[in-house]
Amino acid sequence: MLELDAKIPSGDIRDKWRNHLEHVKLVGPRNRPKYDIVVVGTGLAGAAAAASLAAQGYRVHVMCFQDSSRRAHSVAAQGGINAPKNYRNDGDGISRLFYDTQKGGDFRAREANVWRLAEVATGIIDQCTAQGVPFAREYGGQLANRSFGGVLVERTFYCRGQTGQQLMLGAYQALHQQVAAGNAIMYPRTEMQDVVNIDGRCRGVVYRCLQTGEIRSIAADAVVLASGGYGNVFFQSTNAFNCNVTAAWRAHKQGAGFANPCYVQIHPTCIPVSGDFQCKLTLMSESLRNDGRVWVPKKPGDTRSPDQIPENERYYYLEERYPSFGNLVPRDVAARNAKYVCDDGLGVGGKRQVYLDFADAIRDRGEKVIGERYGNLFDMYEEITTESPYKVPMRIFPAVHYCMGGLWVDYNLMTNIPGLYAIGEANFSDHGANRLGASSLMQCLADGYMILPQTINDSLHDIYMDKVTTEHPAFAQHEQSVREHIDGLMARRGSRSPMAIHKELGEVMWHHCGMARTAEGLNEAISKIDSLKEAFEHDMIVPGRADTTNQALERAGRLGDFLDLAHLMCRDALERDESCGCHFREEHQTDDGEVVRNDDEFANVTVWEWKGEGSPHEKNTETLSFDALPLMTRSYK
Amino acid sequence: MRVILHVWRQDGPDAKGGFERHELSNVEVDMSFLEMLDTLNEQLIVAGQDPVTFDSDCREGICGACSCVINGRPHGPGQKSTTCQIRMRAFRDGDEIWIEPFRSGTFPVVKDLMVDRTAFERIIEAGGYISTHSGPKPEPNASLVPHPIAEEAMDAAECIGCGACVAACPNAAAMLFTAAKVSHLGLLPQGQPERWKRAKSMVEQMDEEGFGACTNYAECQDVCPKGVSIRFIGRMNRDYMKASLCEPEVQIGPLKAH
Repeated sequence: MLELDAKIPSGDIRDKWRNHLEHVKLVGPRNRPKYDIVVVGTGLAGAAAAASLAAQGYRVHVMCFQDSSRRAHSVAAQGGINAPKNYRNDGDGISRLFYDTQKGGDFRAREANVWRLAEVATGIIDQCTAQGVPFAREYGGQLANRSFGGVLVERTFYCRGQTGQQLMLGAYQALHQQVAAGNAIMYPRTEMQDVVNIDGRCRGVVYRCLQTGEIRSIAADAVVLASGGYGNVFFQSTNAFNCNVTAAWRAHKQGAGFANPCYVQIHPTCIPVSGDFQCKLTLMSESLRNDGRVWVPKKPGDTRSPDQIPENERYYYLEERYPSFGNLVPRDVAARNAKYVCDDGLGVGGKRQVYLDFADAIRDRGEKVIGERYGNLFDMYEEITTESPYKVPMRIFPAVHYCMGGLWVDYNLMTNIPGLYAIGEANFSDHGANRLGASSLMQCLADGYMILPQTINDSLHDIYMDKVTTEHPAFAQHEQSVREHIDGLMARRGSRSPMAIHKELGEVMWHHCGMARTAEGLNEAISKIDSLKEAFEHDMIVPGRADTTNQALERAGRLGDFLDLAHLMCRDALERDESCGCHFREEHQTDDGEVVRNDDEFANVTVWEWKGEGSPHEKNTETLSFDALPLMTRSYK
Repeated sequence: MRVILHVWRQDGPDAKGGFERHELSNVEVDMSFLEMLDTLNEQLIVAGQDPVTFDSDCREGICGACSCVINGRPHGPGQKSTTCQIRMRAFRDGDEIWIEPFRSGTFPVVKDLMVDRTAFERIIEAGGYISTHSGPKPEPNASLVPHPIAEEAMDAAECIGCGACVAACPNAAAMLFTAAKVSHLGLLPQGQPERWKRAKSMVEQMDEEGFGACTNYAECQDVCPKGVSIRFIGRMNRDYMKASLCEPEVQIGPLKAH
C-alpha cells in the first residue's frame, strides 16, 4: 500500500494556504546555493518553477527534449488564462472560480487545492504583466477579458490567439535570465530516463543526451517533474509530436503513485481527421465558441452546402439542449453532444463533423471585429482545409487534448516519494474529471510561480548536510539498467516501426477508452493492448545506432511507456464504475445522455501503485471531502 | 501524387553532407509536408535504413522547432507559414523537391535537417527579459498601456524564434529576431528601466555570435512565419544608437573621463 497523506492544512478553506505558508520551513538565502534541484520539462510549469527557484538562489538543473526551452507545448495554448479579477464587475471572485472549477471537474478534484488555485490566480496576471507579457488591452489601456466555456463571467485574459506562447516567453525569458546569472543550467536535447531514490528519498535523475546517446546522471536534493500530459497515448491528439509520458512513468515505476489515469479531456473544437497518415490534430480555440454557433443539419446525410440549408432545418443542439450556457457548455459536454449527433447520422456531409458558424457574429459585429479576435485561428483553419471561416462555417470534431490524471501529489505538490515533485499537467490535483477552458495555463503558472517555490523548502531545509553525489553506487546501477533497456530496444529487428505500433495503440484507445467507454470495450482494449505489447517486444524494428541522434529510438522508448500506461488507463476506466466529467461509462447515464456519478463509492482519487514488470498494479484510494462546496449534480441546462 | 525528393543527409556537425534521392508515390494532397517526411521515414525504417532526422514538435506553426529549407526557401512555398504548415497541395504531381536544413554558419547542422540554434538563447540571455522575481506584483491596471502600443508590442512578441530570418538573409543576420525582442519589451512601460542596456547588450551579443548585419534585403520579413515587420529593425537601430551615445550609468554621479 502507498502512504497517501495529502497533508491538507486544517482550518477554514479560506485560511488554509495562508496558515500553511506561515508554517512551511524555510531555507536561508546563504544556504540555497548549496542545494541542487532538477526540473524536468520547460513548459509553463517547469520554466516558471525553474526561474523562481533559481532566482531564490538554488542551483537549478533544467532539462528539456527540445532544442530550446521555449518550444514546450504550452506555446500552443491559444485562448487564454483565467483569473477572478472581476474587472468586468460581473460578480466574479475567488469563491466563484473555485465553484466553477469544482463543478466543472464534476467533484473529483481535491477541494483545498482548487481553492488555493483560485486564490493565487489573480497574482499570476500581475506576475506576467510585470514580466512584459503583452496581454490584450482595451482602448483605455486596461486589460481586456473574454469569456470561456462552463462559466457565466468574463475572467479570461489573452494575447490574441497566442496566450500560451506569450506566457511561455515570459517564463522562458525569466529562466534564461537565471541561466545568464549562473543560477540555472540548461540541458536541452536531453531526456530523463529514470529517477534515483536513495534511502527513501529522490536524489537525482539519469538522462540520455539525445545528440550523443550518452547516459549521464545528476545528483540533486529535489527533483521536479513538469513533463506534461500523456495525451499522445492516443497517437492522434492535439499534443505536440514528441509529448510523452516517459518521465512521469519512469518515476511511477520507481514508486510514485499514478492518480486517475482514465481522466482524459477530449476537446470539442478540433479540425476533423483528414487521413490515416495524420498523427497531429489541430485545435481551434474554445474562445471561438464565444461567437461561433454550433449546429448540424436536421436531415441525416444532408449534402447541401451550409448556405443552402435554411434556419429551420438546422439543429443548434447546444443552444437547444443547454439554454443557459448554450454554446459555452464545458468541454466534456460539448464533445459528447457532438458525438451524439454524429452517432445519429446528423454529421455534416454524413461524416463525423459538425459546424461552428460565425455568420451571425460577422453580421452583428462586422468582419473586422471578428477578424481581430480570431484572425490567426481563421487563417490557420484556412491553411489546413482551404476553406475560409469568414465565408463558410468551420467543420469541427472532438480530439484528445489534455490529461487531468497524473502523478499523485500532496498539498505541497510532492509525490509520495519524498523529494520528488510533480507540477502542471504532470500532476493530478486540480481539475478533477474535467478541466475548464483557460485553466491549464492558470494551474501551470500557479504551480510554477506561486506554489512550488514556497512549498519545496519544506522538504529541503534539513537535508543539505548529507549531500549525495553521482559517485553513490545507486547512480551507476540506474545508469546500467537504462543502458540495458536501450540496448534491448536497439536489438529489435522485427518488421514494424514504432510509429506503426503506436498508431494501432491509438486506434484501440480512441475506440474503447475515448469519449464513451463500456466494460466490454475496455476489456477488449486491454487484451488488444497486451498483444500490441507483444508486437512491441518481438516484432518491432529500431534502425540506426544509439550513440547519435536517433529519433526512431526515442519513439520506441516512449512507446514502451505508453503501452504500459494504456493498459493502466483501461483498467482505471473499468474499475471506476460510474460516469463523471470526461469519464463517460455508457452503463451510467440519464435518459438524455448526461453523466450519472456514484458518489457513495467513487468520491475519491484512485492512485495506482506499480508492483513490478508483469504484475498487476495495486489500487489505492484517497477519499475526497466536500466541505466548502457540497456535492451536487452538475447541470448546464 | 508522386514526388521526387532530394534530401540533405549529414551524419554530424563535422561530417560531409550530400543530397539523397528518394521517390514517394503514395503522397496525398492533404498531407502536411512533415507527414510526407514521416511517410518517407516509415518506409526507410521498415527497410532497416536510417530515417531522415528533422526537428518538429507542435506541428501547428507555433513552437518554432521545424527548420527546413524547401526548394531554396526557408519554410518552403507558403506565406506566413512554418515548414509544418506546408501542405502537399502546394506541389504538383511529379515535382522534384529539394530539402535542406536552415543554412547559416551560426546554426551548425546537428544531423541531416536538424540544426543547432542555441546562439539565439545567448542573445536572449544577454538582455531579452525584464528583471523580476516571482511573487506579489503591482496591480496591472495601475499602469495603463494604450491599445495601439499593446498591439505593436504584440506584433513584435509574435516571433517564434525559428531562425528562418537568419536562413533567408544573404548576410545571415539575426536582426529581425533580435529586433522583435528588443521592440516587444522596449515598447511596454515595464520594459523601460532596462530598455537601453537591453538594446545594447543584445546587439553586441548578436555580433559576437557571428551573425551579419542588416542591409535591407527584407528577405527575413518575407519568410517570417509570423509576419514580423522589418520596421522593428529600424526601431532597434534607433534604440541601439541612443544607448551607445548616452549610456545611462554615466549620467549618475560626478562626471568622469572615460
